[in-house]
Amino acid sequence: MTTNRSTSFDVRPPAYRPRMSLWWWLSKWSYLLFVLRELSSVFVAWFVVFLLLFVRAVYQGDDQYQDFLSWAANPFVVLVNVVALAFLLLHTVTWFGLTPQAVPARLRGRPVPSSMVVASQYVGWAAVSAFVFWLVVGW
Amino acid sequence: MRRRPVEPLVWLLFSGGGVATALFFPILLFLFGLAFPLGWIEPPGHAHLDAVLGHLLTRIVLLGLCVLGLVHWAHRFRYTLHEGLQLGRVDNQVAIVCYGAAVVGSIAAAYVLLFTG
Amino acid sequence: MMADTITLDVARYRPGQEAEPTLQSYDVPLRDDWVVLDGLNYVKDELDGTLSYRWSCRMGICGSCGMTVNGEPKLTCATFLTEYAPGPIRVEPLGNFPVLRDLVVDIDDFLDKLSRVKPWIVRDEAPVSEGEYLQTPDELEEFRQYSMCINCMLCYSACPVYGIDEEFVGPAAIALAQRYNLDSRDEGAADRLDVLIHPDGLWGCTFVGDCTRVCPKHVDPAGAIQRYKLTAAMDTLKSYLLPRGRR
Repeated sequence: MTTNRSTSFDVRPPAYRPRMSLWWWLSKWSYLLFVLRELSSVFVAWFVVFLLLFVRAVYQGDDQYQDFLSWAANPFVVLVNVVALAFLLLHTVTWFGLTPQAVPARLRGRPVPSSMVVASQYVGWAAVSAFVFWLVVGW
Repeated sequence: MRRRPVEPLVWLLFSGGGVATALFFPILLFLFGLAFPLGWIEPPGHAHLDAVLGHLLTRIVLLGLCVLGLVHWAHRFRYTLHEGLQLGRVDNQVAIVCYGAAVVGSIAAAYVLLFTG
Repeated sequence: MMADTITLDVARYRPGQEAEPTLQSYDVPLRDDWVVLDGLNYVKDELDGTLSYRWSCRMGICGSCGMTVNGEPKLTCATFLTEYAPGPIRVEPLGNFPVLRDLVVDIDDFLDKLSRVKPWIVRDEAPVSEGEYLQTPDELEEFRQYSMCINCMLCYSACPVYGIDEEFVGPAAIALAQRYNLDSRDEGAADRLDVLIHPDGLWGCTFVGDCTRVCPKHVDPAGAIQRYKLTAAMDTLKSYLLPRGRR
């Protein structure tokens, strides 16, 4: 016997095959949040470009650095960066939240509770941010 | 079945990029994208930034962040197009464009960070 | 005072007679202790004997009464009518599967994928005289969560990746592969990895996470898949870095 469905005595009528809508990600909150989370990567790429423009301006000299600052203060660039910051924060929060699910943490052979993993990431984030702030601003 | 060993490595870079950008990017964007241009915080002088960016360690860390960030974007954006717009049939072309852009961007980043300034 | 009836808008599909499903409304008694499945049984017994649907145990073990209730994949035996009062409640077949009739879907594709990951203990068997395979409580704890899966397919219904690409192996099959990989008595991890390291296996998953949200047994398939990815990626990395004999 074969498991092929189209044997001569199988007169099964046609099944209805649902098709996924192109707008499936609007149908549920959890899907929409997922797509927004994934789109945060676009702003990651944007910030890489922005960072490189900044570094180049600093390497070129004080005048170019001042020009960069005034370009970055133009309302359109500010708007893009406000949206970008919102998406980067979404990325950080969702990434930290999903880590304990994706990586089993162990301490001396015992599983570490998820809340501890999440909390330690926020501590690490605060430390990195404070270090960058100190390095750049100097206080 | 034949193993395709590239996908797991790209996924590792994607994940590494996810961690690195989650930790570093919000504060960097806040400072350089908003706080300094808008004068919320007095922008550091050019000499100070030049000194920080002149240090080899800073350049290497920033290059690492740029490369990981770009691969992170390429991988995630490829799958977003795959699912959000159901572009599975042209996945190969989408992958070439996304990862290709990440490679070009990484080369540009290496040029700016290592060979200028 | 609660109304004493509630309306069920039930998807009907009569193959050969209709091109696509339509909704049909039935009023059923609204009782505190009735679940959606009780409502459907009332329809079948009292109102319309032509309605087709699957069910068996009525206690969240058999995994056969999964349906889409107001857009969410649910076990209808564990979903109370009163949660949706005053109604109406839309009852549709599980999403992402071909509909055979009314609320009955074709599960062949799932069963095929399930058997591909060898969800059983793979081992060169020792003679019975050598005794049983021992396991400590800690070793049991490694996989216990994944062994709770009842194959109800709610996770497949919630998974947009499976909905878009039928080739994707899917949440429950990968979680069950993990259940056996993590079992200290099992030796089949390499066989399963050969199936799942394929692009349609692990890597199709983008961690939407809805499979875990809808799972009635708290299996966490999304977590299982990401952990498996990490194992597979480390394995691949080792195969690049270590000389052949040391892998």
